[in-house]
Amino acid sequence: MTGTGLLSPLGETVDDWWPKMGDPAAMAAAIDTQSYTPFPVYPVGEYDIDSQIPRPGDQRTMGPLMHYGCYAAGLALEAAGVKDNEELLLNTHMVVASGGGERDWELDHNILENLDKAEDRGVYLNEQLSNELRPTLFLAQLPNLFAGNISIVHKVAGSSRTFMGEEAAGVDSMRIAYEKILAGQGDLFLVGAAFNAARPDIIHMVHAGGYALNQPVGNLWDRPKDGVAFGSAGAFLVLEAREHAEARGAKPVAKLSGVLSGLSDRSEGAAAKLAGGQWAALSDQIHDRPLAVISGACGSGPITHEEEAFLTGIAESGQDLAVRGTGRAIGHSLESSFLANAVIAIGCLERRAIFPPLSPEAPIEARVETAEVDQVLVTGWGYLQGEGMALLEALDG
Amino acid sequence: MAMGKGNGAGKPIAVTGIGVITPLGQGVEENWKKLVAGTSGIHAITRFPTEGLRTTIAGSVDFLPLDHMSPPALSHALADTAAEEAMGQAGWLEEEDEFPGELFIAAPPLEHDWETRHHLCHTLAAGPTSPYTMEDATFRPNEDLTPAHRDFTFGHLAAVLARKYRTQGSPITLTTACASGASAIQLGVEAIRRGSHPAALAIGTDGSIQEEALIRFSLLSALSTKNDPPQSASKPFSKNRDGFVMAEGGAALVLEDPDLAKARGAKILAYVRGCGEAADTFHRTRSNPDGKAIVRSMQGAIDDAGIAPEDVTYINAHGTSTPENDKMEYQGIQNVFGAHAEKGLAVSSNKSMIGHTLTAAGAVEASFSVMTLVDETLPPTINYEVPDPNLPLDVVPNEARKASPDFALSNSFGFGGQNVSLVFAREAS
Repeated sequence: MTGTGLLSPLGETVDDWWPKMGDPAAMAAAIDTQSYTPFPVYPVGEYDIDSQIPRPGDQRTMGPLMHYGCYAAGLALEAAGVKDNEELLLNTHMVVASGGGERDWELDHNILENLDKAEDRGVYLNEQLSNELRPTLFLAQLPNLFAGNISIVHKVAGSSRTFMGEEAAGVDSMRIAYEKILAGQGDLFLVGAAFNAARPDIIHMVHAGGYALNQPVGNLWDRPKDGVAFGSAGAFLVLEAREHAEARGAKPVAKLSGVLSGLSDRSEGAAAKLAGGQWAALSDQIHDRPLAVISGACGSGPITHEEEAFLTGIAESGQDLAVRGTGRAIGHSLESSFLANAVIAIGCLERRAIFPPLSPEAPIEARVETAEVDQVLVTGWGYLQGEGMALLEALDG
Repeated sequence: MAMGKGNGAGKPIAVTGIGVITPLGQGVEENWKKLVAGTSGIHAITRFPTEGLRTTIAGSVDFLPLDHMSPPALSHALADTAAEEAMGQAGWLEEEDEFPGELFIAAPPLEHDWETRHHLCHTLAAGPTSPYTMEDATFRPNEDLTPAHRDFTFGHLAAVLARKYRTQGSPITLTTACASGASAIQLGVEAIRRGSHPAALAIGTDGSIQEEALIRFSLLSALSTKNDPPQSASKPFSKNRDGFVMAEGGAALVLEDPDLAKARGAKILAYVRGCGEAADTFHRTRSNPDGKAIVRSMQGAIDDAGIAPEDVTYINAHGTSTPENDKMEYQGIQNVFGAHAEKGLAVSSNKSMIGHTLTAAGAVEASFSVMTLVDETLPPTINYEVPDPNLPLDVVPNEARKASPDFALSNSFGFGGQNVSLVFAREAS
């Protein structure tokens, strides 16, 4: 791993977000409780979009989702020393996870308000859509343009693949890049995702499914089924074959020692059983001292309780864990959740430390307050499906 | 976890099953028969009112019985229908063992259609207001809303199919726009080559024709407006081509390590021998005029297959019938194949008959590339009445032709600069 880029509700660099992790006032300040009442949302703060997407024309053809991604991708490329290096970019392969971009809410709202009054609904709809849709809106909306825009703005030209499918898409983007590097199917990958939480359509539909938190945020590990509070994010990583990084004199920030994904049927205990297999595959590489776990627990009661019980089981069986569920601090960022947590894990490896518990009232977080960190386990269970796990290590650890 | 078994570059991967559904019909046999006969599947749209629209035709699939018609439901049915045929042909439906491979499915970025939106705004707000304003957030989740939420998630379709066909690991839903179907195959080939699993199920599906999707493409001036007669609108490589025709379809390919296929006694239809891809960094809807990404894509597939351009005698073109695509594709072909492009190379477009099945197109056309090799017949480019003198290609004009190509190169290029080329072959070496 030779570069990271993060745009989050608590800031961009480790220096930005580290002191806020576990600081109740700073975490509370990151939450917007007003815009989508009763649903709390973690938006990203101000960021210098011009520094990574300088052309106004490029900015105009994207919505916030793509802005976040394109911006974080630029940060990661810059950190890895790949940015503006035409030769490297020609061989940089992109694997990203994305949902759909933003719609024109105002237009949707107008149409729906007037649809019932229309003499002929079909004709009215055709007329409205033909006359009022901005032609370029389509391009801000297609998920593959998420990668397409990164290709255009940052000149990433190796290849481009976009995975869809909520949290698991983020896990699999990292897994496929990792597997390809191990097998020699490419040396240099840009992996990433973004999520815009400040979207009424997403909040509403997730609420319709019975998963959106509609009360003040509290202990991440003790919420009802409707316990997901969304957070915006852009998270990118440059993954590179070690020899490739060494040959060009790039300084790696961490080593990825395994990334696994699976699909359990989500009957009771199924996700924990699958994760148990993943843990067994990785645990040989894990040192005895307390292991930092950056968890992507979504907050939805049943599945988050299952993850808590799973992690407690490991922690009580001799391998103590310092677990931090970042959803409490930055919200749940769906496609980008796993990758944002991987970037946070790299921050922990750089500092050789773990920040204080984020939900201190939860026994799983409170059991280890500080630890020396040279390995971090990242977990990511989707709120509906998909289970992921990765092991990141410090380089000389 | 993938353990280093080498990258498997150039290793041939067996195709043991294909399944297809398009506006021409259901199943490989019916589709191939009509394709070889030069039949068009394009017709006037009846799914929704077309008053006031510039384009009123499409290759929609309207013959599948569905409880409830919606883009997610249709896309699911198209994928499932194709997968069932392909898995059946490959003999996996009768196997006791689980399918030893991952699922890669190219699916459209599904959104609720306007009918669903309208229904939701009544359900959520009990009145004619938008479901997207927070005034209505007081509604309570209930069972009626569960399908609306489920259809809103991109991972649902893949999860259902992964469970039905007992595929391994986390199923991957992907999009690379109009190259998606080919990308799904490429992901499968790569996974087998690196030894992750000895098989893969690659699917492309698209059932997303509704008013807004049509209007969006129309606003980009991408669609043909020659509505009458519908069958003549899609005319790839013709001088008077004026855009593509939207279509729907699904296709699935069962990919296997040849050793596995042989050990099972499965019939090998053809081999994927090479994959190439390249991203264009030029523009969101147009290719760089230098055509380099298209060239890199085709050349990459040919190199990966370990053959020379002259070995390729048939190309299943992306051939959308837009002025831009066909010109750029011709230039790319000219660049890669040189003099061979003018003599000895046939290039035909299935889209002249099926239209553009978008997310599914790469998989649909890959299936027909396999059929071209199996049946030793080149499907035609129909509606080729006014050749474009600037694109001097042998497009297999209007009538199918008997031929026995050793290789078929299938091209897929997408909005957002995504280009994928696949080389299929009759033999493993």
